[in-house]
Amino acid sequence: MGKVFPDAKSALAGICKDNMVVMAGGFGLCGMPEELIIALRDTGVKGITAISNNAGVDGKGLSLLLETRQIRKMISSYVGENKLFAQQYLAGELELEFNPQGTLAERCRAGGAGIPAFYTKTGYGTLIAEGKPTAEFDGEMYVMERWLRADVSLVHAWKADTEGNLVFRKTARNFNPMMATAGKVTVVQCEELVEAGAIDPDQIHTPGVFVQRIVHVPNAAKYIENRTVRPKQS
Amino acid sequence: MAWTREQMAARAAKELRDGFYVNLGIGIPTLVSNYIPEGVSVQLQSENGMMGMGPFPFEGEEDADLINAGKQTVSELPTTSYFSSADSFAMIRGGHINLSILGAMQVAENGDLANWMIPGKMVKGMGGAMDLVAGVQKVVVVMEHEAKGESKLLHRCNLPLTGANVVDMVITDLGVFTIDKKGKDGMALIELADGVTLDEIKAKTEATFKVALKN
Repeated sequence: MGKVFPDAKSALAGICKDNMVVMAGGFGLCGMPEELIIALRDTGVKGITAISNNAGVDGKGLSLLLETRQIRKMISSYVGENKLFAQQYLAGELELEFNPQGTLAERCRAGGAGIPAFYTKTGYGTLIAEGKPTAEFDGEMYVMERWLRADVSLVHAWKADTEGNLVFRKTARNFNPMMATAGKVTVVQCEELVEAGAIDPDQIHTPGVFVQRIVHVPNAAKYIENRTVRPKQS
Repeated sequence: MAWTREQMAARAAKELRDGFYVNLGIGIPTLVSNYIPEGVSVQLQSENGMMGMGPFPFEGEEDADLINAGKQTVSELPTTSYFSSADSFAMIRGGHINLSILGAMQVAENGDLANWMIPGKMVKGMGGAMDLVAGVQKVVVVMEHEAKGESKLLHRCNLPLTGANVVDMVITDLGVFTIDKKGKDGMALIELADGVTLDEIKAKTEATFKVALKN
């Protein structure tokens, strides 16, 4: 069975339902699978729990699903720069679970690796640890965090082959590799699609075993949130 | 008289050592990279997944796939490596980063740090701050000494904590303090900013501290 689908819509067909858990890669708008997020919006499913480091910015990324009120709960580390998010949250229309960024990454990694829980020093003695088991190891205190898994993981890769082997580009990698491992169905949008064998096996970041569906999006929109430059020296 | 933001950043830069791997927070900490001492080579980590962060790119060379933790466009260096967020926080939580310099709302005399939320206000989230203060070898806070006339150096933080017993050093516009975060020695004032007197800093500080001025 081939993994390559003709478009984002067909790549999401049959796997989306109300109250599903979705992971979406990206740090801010960098490496964020926007084409798949748009296709998810267009399925019309509601009550989504979205696991993503951020909630997009107004009009872009996961914010598109906030506009249509398809998200019931966000699990994120930082949700600034999004007025719509703040409005819905303050109105009590949106649940929010903050995770420290490293805890969020590790929970996704653990989910993909079949590790139901792990201990970390992060957040010990803070609100984040309330209600969670703690334990002492070698004289230091740690808090237990549980894995995260998703019904569907949405991933943005730079290059994919037809087997689903992935290569990411620069800091667009971020959460994408862990989320690719933690989805029951992982759907990838790639900028470049090549035949199996065209990527040096030693250079593959995510092996194709973690990827079920691929869609080629050669001209995906890429956004810069804070353009910072220095003048060219003459 | 007190230190400016630039002078605070310059003072923080004196904590850099040759060969250090360093994470700089947003705000005054970002300015530290302008004051790296001569003969000292450090690699800057960006927790979204980059070690060896270069300066802002030249106009026209910005790349949407190459940003720092503040979502600003940056550039690559010959030493640069890219990695996933899990590997990035393995560096941070695994104790492989030597120094973290970050801002704060409050610091307590036992090393507790609050910098992520004010109850009753819209909270943006902690991002990587809780991981950084829990995992990095040495944590230096750079902040204004007071906010609206109130000391930010306290006996106990009254804002929700980012980390408990995590701060090693605080650099404010009035001086430099060390904190024995895991031990019993508490907070000590080791330097006064230019033109600041001991009486002034005592009057503006709620936290209990010893005076151990180096000069």
